[in-house]
Amino acid sequence: MREYETVIGLEVHCELATKTKIFCGCTTEFGGEPNTHVCPVCAGMPGTLPVLNKQVVEYALSAGVALNCDITQYCKFDRKNYFYPDLPKAYQISQLYLPICRNGHVDIEVDGVKKSIGIHEIHMEEDAGKLIHDEWEDCTIVDYNRCGVPLIEIVSEPDMRSADEVIAYLEKLRMILQYLGVSDCKMQEGSLRADINLSVREVGSDKLGTRTEMKNMNSFKAIARAIEGEMNRQIELLEDGKSVTQETRRWDDNKCASYAMRSKEDAQDYRYFPDPDLPPVSISDAWLERVKAAQPEMRDAKLARYVEEYGLTEHDAAILTESRKVADIFEAAAAICKKPKEVSNWLIVDTMRLLKVHEMDAADLKFSPEHLAKLIALLDAGTINRPTARDVFEKIFTENVDPEVYVEEKGLKIEADDGALKSVIEEIVAANPQSVADYHAGKKKAIGFLVGQTMKAMKGKADPGTVNKMLAEILNQ
Amino acid sequence: MEITALTALELGKKIKAGEVTVEEAVKAQLEKIKERDGMYNCYVTVMEEEALKRAAEVQKQIDAGELDDSPLAGVPVAIKDNICTKGVLTTCSSKILNNFKPPYDATVIEKLEAAGAVIIGKVNMDEFAMGSTTETSYYGPTKNPWNTERVPGGSSGGAAAAVAAEEAWYALGSDTGGSIRQPSSFCGVTGLKPTYGSVSRYGLIAYASSLDQIGPIARNVSDCAAVFEAIAGYDAKDSTSVKMEDYHFTEALVDDVKGLRIGIPKGYLGEGLDPEVKEAVLAAAKTLEEKGAVVEMFDMDMVDYAIPAYYVIASAEASSNLSRFDGVKYGYRTPDFEDLQDVYKKTRDEGFGMEVKRRMMIGAFVLSSGYYDAYYIKALQVKALIKKGFDEAFAKYDIILGPTAPTTALKMGENLSDPLKMYLGDIYTVSVNLAGLPGISLPCGIDSNGLPIGVQMIGQAFSEKTLIRAAYSLEQTRSYERPACVKGEN
Repeated sequence: MREYETVIGLEVHCELATKTKIFCGCTTEFGGEPNTHVCPVCAGMPGTLPVLNKQVVEYALSAGVALNCDITQYCKFDRKNYFYPDLPKAYQISQLYLPICRNGHVDIEVDGVKKSIGIHEIHMEEDAGKLIHDEWEDCTIVDYNRCGVPLIEIVSEPDMRSADEVIAYLEKLRMILQYLGVSDCKMQEGSLRADINLSVREVGSDKLGTRTEMKNMNSFKAIARAIEGEMNRQIELLEDGKSVTQETRRWDDNKCASYAMRSKEDAQDYRYFPDPDLPPVSISDAWLERVKAAQPEMRDAKLARYVEEYGLTEHDAAILTESRKVADIFEAAAAICKKPKEVSNWLIVDTMRLLKVHEMDAADLKFSPEHLAKLIALLDAGTINRPTARDVFEKIFTENVDPEVYVEEKGLKIEADDGALKSVIEEIVAANPQSVADYHAGKKKAIGFLVGQTMKAMKGKADPGTVNKMLAEILNQ
Repeated sequence: MEITALTALELGKKIKAGEVTVEEAVKAQLEKIKERDGMYNCYVTVMEEEALKRAAEVQKQIDAGELDDSPLAGVPVAIKDNICTKGVLTTCSSKILNNFKPPYDATVIEKLEAAGAVIIGKVNMDEFAMGSTTETSYYGPTKNPWNTERVPGGSSGGAAAAVAAEEAWYALGSDTGGSIRQPSSFCGVTGLKPTYGSVSRYGLIAYASSLDQIGPIARNVSDCAAVFEAIAGYDAKDSTSVKMEDYHFTEALVDDVKGLRIGIPKGYLGEGLDPEVKEAVLAAAKTLEEKGAVVEMFDMDMVDYAIPAYYVIASAEASSNLSRFDGVKYGYRTPDFEDLQDVYKKTRDEGFGMEVKRRMMIGAFVLSSGYYDAYYIKALQVKALIKKGFDEAFAKYDIILGPTAPTTALKMGENLSDPLKMYLGDIYTVSVNLAGLPGISLPCGIDSNGLPIGVQMIGQAFSEKTLIRAAYSLEQTRSYERPACVKGEN
């Protein structure tokens, strides 16, 4: 077998985090009953006209600046014409001729090797609706809620050579976009979608092979599998002396295989032309400067600051800053309780564990930093013990409960009455003569069993340290 | 004199004075429509019930003094059937929208209603405003009240004919390449195509978005000025709308053209122009000269290229604008179909008429890859040159004057089979849309067939006041001619 190289470029669609749609005032909120986030404009009713949401331009500029792009200060919207029921106007308002950003790059690192991936362009466009096939009625129904949700499409240069590089690129993009606050980038909800353009060629060749475009991957893992699958499929074809057909393919992650959707010959002519309903967008130097000045602190700067300001290790700071959401919680909670290391521990250990358990993305974290700060204060004051705090934190994580209220309601406070604790301990000692004998015979570990029994009898509402101390006193009397 | 023969402003005055109630006005108009519309077919929808209900509301507002600043309060109006009216059938005179009731009002409807207007019905047009004769309507052709063997012009033929036949005091039309001015000329009434951007397009079902503009058709210049005053204005819902400095258009109703510089492009008097039309137009120029205007002939470039550029740009935009009519969401849907492609194909095949299909195909062609530069981009370049030509002319003149159309009203059926001939009829009007300028057509004579002749005046962008003053001054020199039918001879 000859030696091959894979050449990959990505088209990433990213839903912007604006409150309203790109050309009307409808909400962009995910979910909602079908066709409830719809007005005559986004439903494409005859006679309606689009009015550009300025925030979309702001976000696209912010992304363009962060991805080191040239900004097209006189840009235009174009109509992409095609018939499909999820597109009520039968054209999508997009940008072809003068996209808002061009010629950028983003730096990635795979196994310690740094690489720069070129950004060909970023353009603004509107999302389409969703078709749902109703098996019962055997018909297709359409939900226009997503119609007109603003997107940016980030088109990379064909600079990636492996699935690892693609994942690193996507992770970097996601982190940047989340940091900017321009998108929540949730793949499950479709707010980040990647199409993969892939071709293979013999190592050493400077000519690009015939590429295919693959759609419909909804997780990074699926993307990695799709890349492996497509790479192998193309290499097999070439090894068999066949050629790759330029086509669009749909990835089926359940079957781990892709299927041809349409070939280049069937490719539609979208008859792009400038949308006459929208005047060109002029981005003044002042506007651009304002956007640049308002760019938030990005990850590298934040990481360095955490080490410097909070005295965290680089390792911990890296974990905290991986997601803007976690970093924001960290800073807010640390500011309230003034215990950055403690906050950091809760986030790095418990939060990360729970994210894994619940299969959640850090962007989905819902609990408020105030509650974490309160929990730390309760622990600090000795009102609750650490195992209780762990349980309470789970409640904060899942339901964002107020720990003060919750501890009170559930009666989780440590029993402050030493007399009660003492009598319980005495009962335990009396009931476990063997353990007491073991302890006196030098098996100091036996005390652990007695502490456990005491905690159980106290229903957890005792501080294990205090129990330990009192037990030792009683045993040594 | 019957109240239906009054001008809109005259009726408005009588209503304010309590001499005529709004209900009486509405009933008188409904009566006329019943009597005459069988003959002319101006209306697609007559809103009898809604208009009577609305009349009572408006009367209350007038009595309460809430509409003292609205000279048109209580005056019924006819609306071209491509302007959306909430809950009222809006068909664009097409089968494909035969059941379409918009869920919202166009901005112009909101503005008119705020000024106390009573909408009496929706008027006929060429299907999707594509045509110059109102013969392409799915709901049958409208006939010219001056002579029922003649077309009323188009595409706002129903609007112009209704105003001429006194089936409406005034109407709103739309003008993409002459669709207000040419039917006004053919029907002997006055029509104003405002500067692009001065009147909101929100709710106007688009034919060619970069050229479409809503404007008034009425029996005289004063009414047009008053209606324009009511509907003009910046609209946040239309990104192409523009805020003007001065909206007091009726202030320009002054009989004074002293020192006004008027230019007549020689190219507007050349081949293809009916000699009787030419004579009447030149006579109108002479009248203005006698009143103190300075009139000159001059050469203007690109006149011959306006029509091809117009049909490329308008068709391109139309092919995209009309794609949404696919049988999926509203409007006509073919009853029998196999699959999605079949729904699209059959619905559109059965739902659209010939002229609309022709223009959509031209449009799809000029936008297709490989032809885009040769046709669409070239047409945009011509458009830019035409605009430049006007800019140069307006450095020397305040007003450009010429015929509205090369002929008076054509015989029914004459142009339907010869689209190219029909397109050439737009020669004097399309360049005004390409340059985004205001233009007005008003009557300037009657030809030997007894048909009205229109003169067109064109102004600089947003110079409607100058245009209104010149047109008003010319209008003072002649009396309003009513078609034979209304005089009771038909």
